[in-house]
Amino acid sequence: MRMFSWRFIRLWQRNRDVFFRLWRSELPGFTIEPVIVLLAFGVGLGTFVSGVGDQSYIVFIAPGIVAGYAMFAGIFECTYGTYARMEFQSTFDGILATPLNAEDIIAGEIFWGATRAMLTGTAILVAAAIFQLVQSPWALLIPAVCFLQGILFSALAIVFTSYAPAIYSFNYFYTLFINPMFFVSGAFFPLTNFPPFVQNLSWLAPLAPAIHLTRSLFIGKFEPNPFLSLGIIVALTVIFFAWALVAMRKRLTK
Amino acid sequence: MAIIKTENLTKKFRDLVAVDNVSMEIADGECFGLLGPNGAGKTSLIRMITAISPVTAGQVWVDGQDLARHSRRVKALLGVVPQTENLDPDLTVLQNLLTFARYFEIPRKEAMRRSLEALRLFQLEEKRGSRIKALSGGMKRRLLIARGLINQPKILILDEPTVGLDPQSRHLLWQKLRELKAQGITQLLCTQNMEEAALLCDRVAIMHLGKIVVVDVPHNLILKYVGEKLWEIEPSSPAEREQIIRELKNHHVEFEEVGLAIRAFHVDNDELAHKLLVRPRQGTLEDVFFRLTSESLVE
Repeated sequence: MRMFSWRFIRLWQRNRDVFFRLWRSELPGFTIEPVIVLLAFGVGLGTFVSGVGDQSYIVFIAPGIVAGYAMFAGIFECTYGTYARMEFQSTFDGILATPLNAEDIIAGEIFWGATRAMLTGTAILVAAAIFQLVQSPWALLIPAVCFLQGILFSALAIVFTSYAPAIYSFNYFYTLFINPMFFVSGAFFPLTNFPPFVQNLSWLAPLAPAIHLTRSLFIGKFEPNPFLSLGIIVALTVIFFAWALVAMRKRLTK
Repeated sequence: MAIIKTENLTKKFRDLVAVDNVSMEIADGECFGLLGPNGAGKTSLIRMITAISPVTAGQVWVDGQDLARHSRRVKALLGVVPQTENLDPDLTVLQNLLTFARYFEIPRKEAMRRSLEALRLFQLEEKRGSRIKALSGGMKRRLLIARGLINQPKILILDEPTVGLDPQSRHLLWQKLRELKAQGITQLLCTQNMEEAALLCDRVAIMHLGKIVVVDVPHNLILKYVGEKLWEIEPSSPAEREQIIRELKNHHVEFEEVGLAIRAFHVDNDELAHKLLVRPRQGTLEDVFFRLTSESLVE
């Protein structure tokens, strides 16, 4: 495995420039939709739900939606976005002829995906703050958590993209893996509803620790142990980042 | 001095040997043509020299630097104009140049100066704010070359730069390439257009089945393989055909049967021409190309 260099920032800047050119078409999907989901579930469904512990239902799901949609932002960027740049636009082929190497491109994509995750997570967090749902000043750390888990999920998405034979392959990735994970990672109901075996298993779904950690910071109660969540996220990030560098280099440099 | 040197360069894709043990040298400042039919391995060779594709075996030196060890430094010296247009469709014309300049760590102000100059040079000034989609084929090609020059490369590598262009755009591009050569920029030009190769290249290499078959000055290749003059004979009947072939053999004229026609090379026998009622025509690089890359090649 070869490491990436600081030059990844050039690819990141390229993606940032494109984003600011096109932000009007990107904005609704990643900010308005989650806010609607938050209100629909929180207020709509929340009337029928007594709340979770001493939290109202909408306060319970808000951090789950922050973390979940941050994940989606990073994953979308590094599946459909990366695939289009790689296969349809040959953007990376052009860049490979410059001093950037394959690893710089891959790292640039991942860090850009993480940036998108952070932007999305922060936007929803601000909306939640406006609705006065945020319970603790620790919530100020949530954008950093969104960025960190954004690296993890973007790297995971790059791994999948590097093996994807066609853009349709992403349907499987979403319907079999990402969407189910969103629903069983404790975003909409506590994992304690599951039998202990499933609860333990859910720690392996990378979104669960991200949601635990985000919720801890959101409500100011550090249960389960936030360092355990952080440790899992960091460990998985290292694994998937390395895997992404190796698998994607193979795909980019034939 | 050789500015590009390859030694036993080989590229394999599973069972397919795309480039087979190629050793060649390109001199500083020359325009070197790489000719060959589809699938000859030209693009694979170029992709290895530009560090886009890993080499299976062998070595490449560019400007004295080992490509395997210093790929970033080597890439900083190269301007690459690819065969398939890969301009960034998410950015405007000007942004394409500025973004590319940034990949080469060219400071913003200098990048702007160079980009605007390039747009003027390639007559794209009015399109600076346009999306790539809004450009014609010729404009895209010009922008690709402008982009390839943004880092003021020592070597420009062009993979079929004029394919699909109308004659006006093609001649405009040829003019630009000649100007660049006059400025001392080495060019590696990969093409299937023999007129282009004969016009622009100091030397050409003909590639076939992954190997370089010959390398020489275009005119020398013509003299050596097909001669200054050749005959194109189309017999009207099998009997006539046999008779012509007999005559050619009797006079020891080299010839090849090309479909129904007979092509005779290195001809200087006016008497025989008169007898066979044929008129000689000029030998071209295209004739050399056909001779060396047809399957029936007998050397």
